[in-house]
Amino acid sequence: MSWDDKWFPADEPAADDEGLEVAASFRPVAGGAAAFFEQAQAGVIRYLVSQVAELVSADSTAADAGIDSGDLEAQLGLSNHDQPPDDPVLARLLPDGYSDDPEASAEFRRYTEETLRSGKIASAQTVLSSLPPGGGQVELSEPECQQWLKALNDVRLALSVRLGITEDNEDMSERMAADDPRAAYVWVYQWLAYLQESLVEALS
Amino acid sequence: MGVAPVEVEQPATGQDAALDAPWVTVVWNDPVNLMNYVTYVFQKVFGYPKAKAEKLMLDVHHKGKAVVSSGTREAMERDAETLHGYGLWATVSHQS
Repeated sequence: MSWDDKWFPADEPAADDEGLEVAASFRPVAGGAAAFFEQAQAGVIRYLVSQVAELVSADSTAADAGIDSGDLEAQLGLSNHDQPPDDPVLARLLPDGYSDDPEASAEFRRYTEETLRSGKIASAQTVLSSLPPGGGQVELSEPECQQWLKALNDVRLALSVRLGITEDNEDMSERMAADDPRAAYVWVYQWLAYLQESLVEALS
Repeated sequence: MGVAPVEVEQPATGQDAALDAPWVTVVWNDPVNLMNYVTYVFQKVFGYPKAKAEKLMLDVHHKGKAVVSSGTREAMERDAETLHGYGLWATVSHQS
């Protein structure tokens, strides 16, 4: 199964599902932010956040090694990776630390990639544990808002790579074929931008 | 007891000192990160006032990149790592 099939399956929640026509948005409440999610909205967010978490945890050094493997790097929390990931989505989520020094980048990656991966997984888990699959009212503490912001941003980064978004404010739907399975996700991408923006506003 | 004349040369502090430091963290523009999110992250991570965070965000947006912090190499690597946690595209470089 190609990643595109995995990311844009026909039977997953899509933009024409009822409840997705209107974007959800956060509002400030004492100590954090709150929003109401329709079931379809909760479904699409949970699905995409899970995809990112799965991708980020799949080939981590810790996952490769297993907890009891005795792998020294895994035990020290170091990564055995010193090259950017082949998958373009992962490469965007786990970028190089130096733009002009491959050796320094490799070293930076060894020392930071595992922490970065576990941070992204933790953000995803916060969203999954605070957003009921059936939707409803969600009230977040300020630390939870931080995790949501990171997780929503990671999902948008991942979608942007899969959708091939390269320009600010580009209308992707205009250059996609009508039967392109990714077309529905262009709306989801914009919808998530609106949601994320509202969460920043609520915290400001 | 007399008061000594206070004509002590002030050591460079804050931003001035930072600008003299040889290592910098650069944030690169990308079409995904929202303008208000990038501003928010600069405020949150660096404690910059909103006006400064907004100016840096606009520099990133219009010029393609901006230096957002400077200091020791170790500190810049920590900044880049933190910014990667927020999904921003940040790199460390040596200021020539």
